[in-house]
Amino acid sequence: MAKAADSGAAIAIELIGVDKSFGAVHANKHVNLQVQRGVIHGIVGENGAGKSTLMSILYGFYEADAGEIRINGEPVRIRSSREAISHGIGMVHQHFMLVPPLSVLENVMLGAEGGPLLARGAAATRRELARLAREYALEVDPDAIVGDLSVGLQQRVEILKALVRGAEILVLDEPTAVLTPSEADQLFDMLRVLKSQNKTILFITHKLREIMSLTDRVSVMRRGEMVATLETARTSPPELADAMVGRKVILKVDKGEAHPGKVVLEARGVTVRDDRGVVRVDNVSFSLREGEILGVAGVAGNGQSELLEALAGIRPLTAGEIWIDGAQRPAALQNPQGMRKLGVGHVPEDRHRVGLVMPFEACESAMLGFHRDPVYGAGFFFDRSAIVADEAAKMEAFDIRPRAPLLKTANFSGGNQQKIVLAREIERNPKVILVGQPTRGVDIGAIEFIHKRIVAMRDAGKAVLLVSVELDEIFALSDRILVLCAGRVTGERRPDETDAQDLGLLMAGVGERAA
Amino acid sequence: METFDAFIVILGSGIRLGVPLILACLAGLWSERSGVVDIGLEGKMLTGAFGAAAVAEFTGNAWLGLIAGVVATVAVSLVHGYASIDQRANQIVSGTAINMVTDGLTALIGNAIWGQGGRTPQLPDSALFASIELPFVNALDPVPFLGNVYRHIISGHDIVTYAAFAFVPITYWALYSTRFGLRLRAVGESPAAVDTAGISVRGLRYSAVLICGVLVGLSGVYLALAQAAYFQPHMSAGKGFIALAALVFAKWRPWPALATCLLFGFLDALSIRLQGAVLPFIGAVPVQAIQTLPYILTVVLLAGFIGKATPPKSSGIPYVKER
Amino acid sequence: MSSPLKPLPVWADVALIPLLNVAAAFLISGLVVLAIGEDPIEAVRLLIVGALGDLEGIGFTLYYATSFIFTGLAVAVCFHAGLFNIGVEGQAYVAGLGAALACLTLGFLPGYTLVVVAILAAAVFGAAFAAIPGYLQAKRDSHIVITTIMFNYIASALMGYLLVNVLRVPGQMNAETRQFPPGGIVPQFHVLLKPLGIVWPDTPFNLSFLLALVCAAGVWALIWRTRLGFEIRTVGANASAAVYGGISPARVTIITTLLSGALSGGLAVNIILGEEHRLILEYTAGFGFVGIAVALMGRAHPVGIILAAILFGMLYQGGAELAFDKPKISRDMIIVIQGLVVLFAGALEHLFRRPVATLLARRTAHPPI
Repeated sequence: MAKAADSGAAIAIELIGVDKSFGAVHANKHVNLQVQRGVIHGIVGENGAGKSTLMSILYGFYEADAGEIRINGEPVRIRSSREAISHGIGMVHQHFMLVPPLSVLENVMLGAEGGPLLARGAAATRRELARLAREYALEVDPDAIVGDLSVGLQQRVEILKALVRGAEILVLDEPTAVLTPSEADQLFDMLRVLKSQNKTILFITHKLREIMSLTDRVSVMRRGEMVATLETARTSPPELADAMVGRKVILKVDKGEAHPGKVVLEARGVTVRDDRGVVRVDNVSFSLREGEILGVAGVAGNGQSELLEALAGIRPLTAGEIWIDGAQRPAALQNPQGMRKLGVGHVPEDRHRVGLVMPFEACESAMLGFHRDPVYGAGFFFDRSAIVADEAAKMEAFDIRPRAPLLKTANFSGGNQQKIVLAREIERNPKVILVGQPTRGVDIGAIEFIHKRIVAMRDAGKAVLLVSVELDEIFALSDRILVLCAGRVTGERRPDETDAQDLGLLMAGVGERAA
Repeated sequence: METFDAFIVILGSGIRLGVPLILACLAGLWSERSGVVDIGLEGKMLTGAFGAAAVAEFTGNAWLGLIAGVVATVAVSLVHGYASIDQRANQIVSGTAINMVTDGLTALIGNAIWGQGGRTPQLPDSALFASIELPFVNALDPVPFLGNVYRHIISGHDIVTYAAFAFVPITYWALYSTRFGLRLRAVGESPAAVDTAGISVRGLRYSAVLICGVLVGLSGVYLALAQAAYFQPHMSAGKGFIALAALVFAKWRPWPALATCLLFGFLDALSIRLQGAVLPFIGAVPVQAIQTLPYILTVVLLAGFIGKATPPKSSGIPYVKER
Repeated sequence: MSSPLKPLPVWADVALIPLLNVAAAFLISGLVVLAIGEDPIEAVRLLIVGALGDLEGIGFTLYYATSFIFTGLAVAVCFHAGLFNIGVEGQAYVAGLGAALACLTLGFLPGYTLVVVAILAAAVFGAAFAAIPGYLQAKRDSHIVITTIMFNYIASALMGYLLVNVLRVPGQMNAETRQFPPGGIVPQFHVLLKPLGIVWPDTPFNLSFLLALVCAAGVWALIWRTRLGFEIRTVGANASAAVYGGISPARVTIITTLLSGALSGGLAVNIILGEEHRLILEYTAGFGFVGIAVALMGRAHPVGIILAAILFGMLYQGGAELAFDKPKISRDMIIVIQGLVVLFAGALEHLFRRPVATLLARRTAHPPI
């Protein structure tokens, strides 16, 4: 069994002092990494830990600001995907880089056609694909149209693409995000076979179960830094979760006891598919009472977005029911306007793409969803003074700066933009309010303010569903916590009976699957 | 027998009217398959016609005219390419601008040079592409049906026409059997995949725009130097848009494009022939009804009533590397 | 070219860049004039004199401007919803049919009611013709650009058939209808002002101009002061946010194209009811396409559109005079300018952003807003 940093084992990839910033965001801080040849090496970390950036540097999407990359001991410069490929690095992206209307063969050949005419290269590629099918059990019909294949098979094509180009190092970025459990198992079998052929595999994931079952070694990233590299056999999920989350001071918000009242929102067996037909929310049930904050924790991409969209009426349910105030939500009201009528407010996760209209004046963005309200004008026309005054009042109440209702929404800082959205939804006095990532891209001062307002809503008897990838926020605000992983509720806790490590495990798919 | 003869003549006419459509349609196919929408085919056709006629008039040489027409059109094509690819402009707006500028410029410069409202004088024979009689035309004349067909439909076209027909299988072969064609088809559907494979999206799209320029330039050359024997302002008369309609109708595939263009050309010839004619049961056929058939058919297709017309996925969307 | 749009101070965004775009169009036009052997400065002088030098020129300029205000508004309304309506030419043509039918069949209506009905008929016919591509885009996802291009030709064929075969005055050669009754005429200014002792030269400048201004004000009010306008702008700016906000992009698409078609009817009012007093072949004369240039140059804002329309009115009127004096600079020059405006104000609108931003950054120590 190899010991950590064994000088005898060949090092396939070495990253030395890799540093990368995007403006103010320091994505990779002096990262050191050694990956041995013929090994499955996992990289774990929360969202924003810097894993994707690091892999993008390895694959030539970005160039590091500082630091060195060595492949098989040789220092290299990787400025493009072409150069990465030439060094034997193949990447399987989280969002597949495939051309759906073309066949498997054409997709595999793209970029490695083997000459100006396809005929010769096609024959050679077919032979190669057959060989790979034999040796690694990577069976796919070369003439099948990629768009018609299942997601698992599409991923297989992605892997084949890398292998056909002679990749000795395979980087997989969150590969099981879109797979069913059995497809994931098949993938793991494949990877083990590849490893037995002395391929090096870099496996990026946040799911600790996968790390434990698949990898030989694992590196942990946190807030841009590589904090640990361990032998998988010698570590455990709690230890990893610890390293992922870190022992940091948990944000404290002054909040009193919750006094939950009756149930106002209920999800019963809610299942939601995304646009590609993949199940994103899997049989989720919970109830939400007035006067409480229910925090939904989880790593991004585990179904929270789709759940929010379904609750808000933006996305249809595949199965299950939603009950508001003791009555099932009627079909006619299963849309954003209907949900507003039912007294459900929604602060969307993405204020740029959904929550606000950036070119509009702030006072106009503040009308989004409510522009038919007679307070903005009784007759056919808007009452501009009423609109401006309304927003001015909101700006005062929510300390939005600058106090300029006529300023373009895009010109406000992130925190103030978020306050515009919050003011809009809160001031309507909804019964239930769905809040998604309320402090993403928001500065510290505004975070505090927003948190206080969310608690104030709870104290005023509203029911708050808070979806956040920030554990600090979940802990600080929630009266109850639900954890979502792979679209399922993996656990429910009270904040005082859990900690970051425990939640980390649940978020990573380890632990009991209580509802 | 007479109706058959008439039919043959109309078919022959249809081919002549369809040739500029075929070339322009193939041009649009190359461009749109790479993801660059081109509604400026009309203006580019005019440019090619003007350039060809002007140089042919000065030099008296058809081939020099052809080169000039193609070069001029490629230049205009590159403007559209630059706007669409590098400036990430709205490609529809860019195409509209091209149509307007070329429409005005060709007439303006034509008028400045030759007067007469911009119409070139009748071009001498040396400046035109003559019809080519294929061998055995006279020998086959006595053969019933086939002799007629051979004389009027297969033989007797100029070299640009034969080239246009040749470009169809060439396009098909290039698109589906070459590396370039594969990459081009890929970039029209999924530029991110192409980019990740280390291939230049920009290079592919510019190549497509160039090919488009050459082909649509040839369509203009044909108009001026083979079909009409002069240049006249606005002489493309909407053919560029019919070619666009044909492209949509053919769902961006080469052989259906040929068939559709021939169909539209045939309808055009038919409408000319039937002007004022009285058919049994129908009465006097309004020429406009036949003239609008290509447009109506395209709308019906777009409305989804006869199958779906799905353009290449990245059509019209400028590529921005998302990281 | 993968960097996002550089932020610029508001004044640069709203005034400087558009000005630069238009200047570029005119500069290149000037080069074209030079290339055909004429003096651009002289050309500009003749143009301005021809357009504004005397009351007659001004009258014609404003008459053309009226047409362009209508078509510019029609295109602009669709722009706000994120739609490109190239079909204004065809919609205006069919609108003319509405006006003509009203005038030819309802001649018994008293006084000015006929012309009012004719105006409404123009709007209805224009809207109906625009409704088809609009509906197809909204409900069947058919690309409105291609369908409206097709419909332009369908309109041309349809109207051509009707004018030649159905509506033509029997025995006459020209493909046009008979003259409208006096009640179906929009009075021209010089006629109106005569009894008041004000003598204006005989130009087609007519009351439709006032209607155009009213429409401009109406469009402004609609887009920026009504709920429907809010919905239109939201769909145009951010369709996802619109859905979140309970707005139906399909519904907005249909309504917007209806409005656009109705506005294009103004062209019929100005030309058919105001000047020609009968329906003639191809009366739209490309003015629907000028509307695209006007809308782009005017940044889809009614004030900008009015200014751009006047500018293009000057180009058309001055251009006619210019072509008279300098036959080499034919009226096609206007089309070239029009196309260059569309190119620089529409397609290449961000061309000058980077140089301007760099220039401004160097000159000021502080970053823009």
